[in-house]
Amino acid sequence: MVFDLTEEQRMIQEMTRNFAQKEVLPKAAELDETGRFPEELVRQMAELGLMGVAVPEGYGGAGMDNICYAIAMEEISRACASTAVILSVNNSLACDPILKFGSEEQKKKVLVPLASGRHLGCFGLTEPGAGSDAGSQKTTAVRNGDHYVVNGTKNFITNAPQADTCILFTMTDKEKKHKGITSFILDMKTDGVTVGKNEKKMGITASATASIILEDVRIPVENRLANEGDGFKVAMHTLDGGRIGIASQAIGIARASLEDALAYAKERKQFGQPIANFQAIQWMLADMATEIDAARLLTYRAAWLKDRNARHSKESSMAKLYASEAAMRASVKGIQIHGGYGYIKEYPAERHFRDAKITEIYEGTSEIQRLVIASALLKD
Amino acid sequence: MRFEASEEQAQIRDMVRSLARKEFAPKAAQIDEEGRYPEENLKRLAELGLLGMLVPASHGGSETGTVAYAIALAEVAGGCASTAVGMAVTNMVGEGIHRFGSEEQRSRFLPALASGTVTGAFALTEPSAGSDAFGISTVALRDGDAYVLNGSKVFITNGSRAGVTIVMAVTEKEPKKRISAFLVLPGMPGFSVGKPEHKMGLKGSDTVSLSFGDCRVPKRNLLGAEGEGFPIAMTILDGGRIGIASQSVGIARAALDAATSYARERRQFGEPIASFQAIQGMLADSATELDAAELLALRAAYRKDAGAPFTREASVAKVFASEAAYRACHRSVQIFGGYGYIREYPVERHLRDIKVTSIYEGTSEIQRIIIARNLLGQGRR
Repeated sequence: MVFDLTEEQRMIQEMTRNFAQKEVLPKAAELDETGRFPEELVRQMAELGLMGVAVPEGYGGAGMDNICYAIAMEEISRACASTAVILSVNNSLACDPILKFGSEEQKKKVLVPLASGRHLGCFGLTEPGAGSDAGSQKTTAVRNGDHYVVNGTKNFITNAPQADTCILFTMTDKEKKHKGITSFILDMKTDGVTVGKNEKKMGITASATASIILEDVRIPVENRLANEGDGFKVAMHTLDGGRIGIASQAIGIARASLEDALAYAKERKQFGQPIANFQAIQWMLADMATEIDAARLLTYRAAWLKDRNARHSKESSMAKLYASEAAMRASVKGIQIHGGYGYIKEYPAERHFRDAKITEIYEGTSEIQRLVIASALLKD
Repeated sequence: MRFEASEEQAQIRDMVRSLARKEFAPKAAQIDEEGRYPEENLKRLAELGLLGMLVPASHGGSETGTVAYAIALAEVAGGCASTAVGMAVTNMVGEGIHRFGSEEQRSRFLPALASGTVTGAFALTEPSAGSDAFGISTVALRDGDAYVLNGSKVFITNGSRAGVTIVMAVTEKEPKKRISAFLVLPGMPGFSVGKPEHKMGLKGSDTVSLSFGDCRVPKRNLLGAEGEGFPIAMTILDGGRIGIASQSVGIARAALDAATSYARERRQFGEPIASFQAIQGMLADSATELDAAELLALRAAYRKDAGAPFTREASVAKVFASEAAYRACHRSVQIFGGYGYIREYPVERHLRDIKVTSIYEGTSEIQRIIIARNLLGQGRR
């Protein structure tokens, strides 16, 4: 057992922390308020190599490990959870499946621009009728010579309006249920692809969320990712990695809640002394810090296993489940410590609460994570 | 970061796991029922070098480090929680003497503690000084080449059989209260042991009160410098908390394993209850929280071995592990339903045993205050 960060991990922590503090944090309230897509921050993150942290340099990435990725996600989320999810989707849900399942040609053609940040990716799995039940895909792909014809609708797709590339999931053989799902690399400029209007959300408002409507979209066979029928496997593997990103996002939000509450508790005086002197406040701070530590260790463990190509499905689910629920609890405590001010937009505490909520829902709800974990336990 | 045990740590884990499952677990119910001290278990631990894991080889210890100690303690606790606490306290006392004792004290006590011929105890708590440990009133007055101790201690684990007890007593009241640590041995005049406490759980562990009536302790038995007892006690407890966190994880894993097997076998509504989401959710929450608890305990152990500050990390591990373990044991009883309440199954014992882990070696409430002060930049680091 070793619980120290490597030199490289420490370096990226320092680099992303500085960047997040100086460039991202000052804009977070404005981004939340206006719901503006932070294009300039995405460009800056690309310059820092953050759009493909764990992608080898040969494919346009930074060539670091997944703990570095978790660290970068936490630091960016500490400043702005909206900006962080843009990063997470590109790294985990667009780059990673191409790296793992793509052909050499697909990697050169699609992964390089995604990992280097010239292109932005999105992930089209969820549909209006397929949320937790991801296997019940209604979008169809029918082979026709050297291409497939795709029809259907994807829902709640992060980055959809800005994305150049979508990892798309379709049903090619309904009889086989989830074994009839096939994944594609879709160029978003293809004829027949329409992006719906941006959803208005409770939190992470500056990240764009929209539906994708696919009408007779022709996708060349060479853009199929993995074999026909492998799509569900691709999706589940991809989400195992994605959950490390979301767990890290949750940790960043929880840390923001804690650090803001800590600063406030030291300054705010009631009954003639700083409220940080009261045990009731100290307890809340202690619980927040304890649970953040627990969440971070679970997350680093999952990332460490992923780097070793070891099974990490259960561990990623544990990290995501625990971190997201800890973030929710931390953000409620953060508001509570601020009292009435916590409910006012002048302070960031209420934004952290709104941002934290989504981490318990997307990339697999808490309920789905518990089923993944239990099924692994019962198999042992 | 490396999330796997070293070869030596893995060997220790496998060895202790097999010992705990084959030899300790089958007797745990009987030990609990009779409230019998599991002497034979402690003897086995001594033979395997598990009572002096934090003591250097030069003084008879196995010197495996705290990570291996935490791993071993969790495995022992999974078999028998009473055995684990006996093991934890002797290891802790050995480490305290190694760290703060003179060379003479080390040679006198460490080989005996590590080989199991002598059991260790740690006496800080008093009837009126629990969480407020600095409020102890046992006094030690210097008289020639000895100190004369007067007062009493309560809830002392291993107290009736200890060959050496680290006793905290006040050596100076004014102008500034100062506490010193003493090595008290059985047979010292004026030292007596009260009757065993009847406890909710950990019934095989030995818990007694100690009394000191003009008890003369030779000056050579002063541990560390005079007046340095409180920081010594706090440092010993920092390490002790890693042990309790590990004990918690071990007990709760046993409860989770029992509940998982039961859920696979028990059929209701025509299918194993493991197929119901309500049961799956409970199992998943327990497994998740116990993994987190284990990682927190091992991180604190790692920092201690590396010589890094670990006060906050030990408190984080202790409060999280003991409370997560309590929840896991509670869920396990729930999964067993009515059978969980019956002594034929082990989970009610796990629930009784686990309760003390959020109380002793610093209550959860004290851990939270330590963590908060640390966050606020006020605490020891």
